Amino acid sequence: MSFKDTFLNGEQGIFKPDSLTPMQKLALRFVVVGVLYYGLATIEGMLMRVIEITPIPGFDAEHFFAIMTAHPLVGIFGASYSIVFGAFLFLLPFLMEKPLWSIKVGNWSFVLVAVGTLVFWGAAFVSHYAPLYTLYWPLPADFSQFSPVGGAVFILGIALVMVGTLLFVLNIFMTIGYTPEGAEKVNPKAMLASATGFSWKESIFRKKSKRREHLVSLPVAAIARGTVDTALNALILTFTGVLILVYMVAEIFGHSLKDTAIDALLYKNWYWWGLDLIADGLVLIFVAGTWYLLATLITGKDLYMAKWARLALWVEMVVSWTVWSHHLLADQAQPAILKIVSGEFVTAFELITQGLAFFITLITLWSARPLKMTNALKFLLGGLLGFGLAVPAGIIQADIGLNRILHNTQWIIGPHVHVAILVGLTMTLYSAFYYLLPILTNGAKLYSQKLANIHFWAHLIGGVGMGAFMGMAGLKGMLRRTIYYEGEYNIYMILAGVCGALLLFAFLAFLYNVIMTLGVNGLIGIFMPSKLKTKDLLPPEK
Amino acid sequence: MVDSTVVLNGQTIAYTIYAIVVLLFMAWFAVKITSNGKAGVLSDKLFAVLVTLLIIMGVSLHVATSTTIPWVTIDLNRGDYTPDKVVNITVEKHQFKLPEEQITAKVGDLVLFDVTSEDLTYGFGVFRDDNTMVCQMQVVPGHRNDLLWKFEKPGKYTIRSTEYSGPAGHQMILKDVITITE
Repeated sequence: MSFKDTFLNGEQGIFKPDSLTPMQKLALRFVVVGVLYYGLATIEGMLMRVIEITPIPGFDAEHFFAIMTAHPLVGIFGASYSIVFGAFLFLLPFLMEKPLWSIKVGNWSFVLVAVGTLVFWGAAFVSHYAPLYTLYWPLPADFSQFSPVGGAVFILGIALVMVGTLLFVLNIFMTIGYTPEGAEKVNPKAMLASATGFSWKESIFRKKSKRREHLVSLPVAAIARGTVDTALNALILTFTGVLILVYMVAEIFGHSLKDTAIDALLYKNWYWWGLDLIADGLVLIFVAGTWYLLATLITGKDLYMAKWARLALWVEMVVSWTVWSHHLLADQAQPAILKIVSGEFVTAFELITQGLAFFITLITLWSARPLKMTNALKFLLGGLLGFGLAVPAGIIQADIGLNRILHNTQWIIGPHVHVAILVGLTMTLYSAFYYLLPILTNGAKLYSQKLANIHFWAHLIGGVGMGAFMGMAGLKGMLRRTIYYEGEYNIYMILAGVCGALLLFAFLAFLYNVIMTLGVNGLIGIFMPSKLKTKDLLPPEK
Repeated sequence: MVDSTVVLNGQTIAYTIYAIVVLLFMAWFAVKITSNGKAGVLSDKLFAVLVTLLIIMGVSLHVATSTTIPWVTIDLNRGDYTPDKVVNITVEKHQFKLPEEQITAKVGDLVLFDVTSEDLTYGFGVFRDDNTMVCQMQVVPGHRNDLLWKFEKPGKYTIRSTEYSGPAGHQMILKDVITITE
């Protein structure tokens, strides 16, 4: 095939979007848009990396902080949520061997998350609304720095994402609990209790002869438990958004609520309780569940210590409800008991639960050696490495003594956050992508294995390297959320910038490979309505 | 009291060693699982050892730092100490308002920084000449923000906001406003 033919119709013209079921299209739409938003977040990150080295004409401080506000939200909601939602809305029916409760609701989730991300990104871009994702009160309602109209549009965008998220939650729980037409009746309460882990006692503390079978598989339990945190987080963010919106609307109509009392510390506790359900909740649970699923699919073996893995997922969920205070170790008015119990010791449980997931996955893989080093396996190992590096980096920060000299430095955002997200989470998602690609596309052939290898190495070295150099700067006192104009940390920032460029290069190699695999016509075809009228995941075999 | 640089250097060494070990382990693992060899199922005892190791790692960090980093005890019990010097600072409209007299203290003095915000959430950090951080805290409006600190080395120190308070606040820096003498 000529370059033009491949570019338009994909590798060997194998991919035919007309052959896709509505479920395949739903999953692929989420993934394609998620990948594009990941690209946007990467470009934004690269811009900030350059500005930390030298000013870019046209990008003043207001623009820089607007990018910094949108960047993590585009990465979390636009990219990660989209890809995870698409994957789980497809995998859940696959694992439970019954159709998704509602494809229509699934498509609404897709539209709302995609449009909502565009709206809040656009609001930050145009109005420079920049309270950062932390939204420390009363900054989001400080109209001496920000336009209330720009802010209101920004919050509207977040609200759209949250509605889309709640629809995803509804779809997941309804799919677990409902009985499809013609199937044997299931007990929704029992199914949900098993999935969310509130029947775990039945497997651990009963005699073997009296133990009941779990009603759902381990990966379904992981999806359900992560979704509990997704729901709680969406509710907290929605409430907070409404609160901020009240201030904005009042300001727009000429009634300043500036002097209305909201306790900044109480708000900070409330907001971090909800926000932390992402970083210390659903991400860890979803990732652990994905590791388990990928390890069993890659090896064809049972998961090592599956019952403990199931329990660890439940513990992780409960732990995620009680760890928020590690974000307030530098707040002197925060009660010491909360700092010690929630901030330090409960947070340390994450080392245990995520450490268990790490070892269980590795041992499951080990049990099937020798394995072929497929793209799915190598990216899975990359994901494991990412969390192996990032979780202890976070635990170090979640210590009263060390937090005093690390809080708000580049240490937290480099070796912890970016290594966790870029290496740990993203490489896990890439692993799932490479594994699912032929299933979701009815056998499309990857255009270039060489590009997939470049993607892997450039992403791994770029992600680990960028986190490392940011961390070194943090240990030398470099703060996050600020700009240095005197070149104080240029050695570290140049090296981090080179690694950031590697990440961008990796993404471009991946994007090019995907375009050449599916073709431009194929990618457009994903967004056209399916010609197959079926709720099945895959088309009937010919 | 041990200087915070010592703690940071210790952490740098410890985490660097850890990161190298994890990187090497994963590289070794990747080679091994793709090589011919006996698969076998690992015993339940290994699992118990792993769990125990993780618990020890998680708990020992906090036990170690609370017993070896002196400012932890001072911080958690700061109401029980009598400071040698009290420095009251107000922050408003992205400006630090320092006391009229110069901020000076001696090495070993307990200095209490009592910082009040009149509007937004800020940060309060003390930095050395080479930009490394001595210590910091958040400055939350409507609450007392007090940090008790013992300086171990003489010199000039800079105050800088360590928390984002909008674009207008990203350069809240007062250079060399603290003097510590022998």
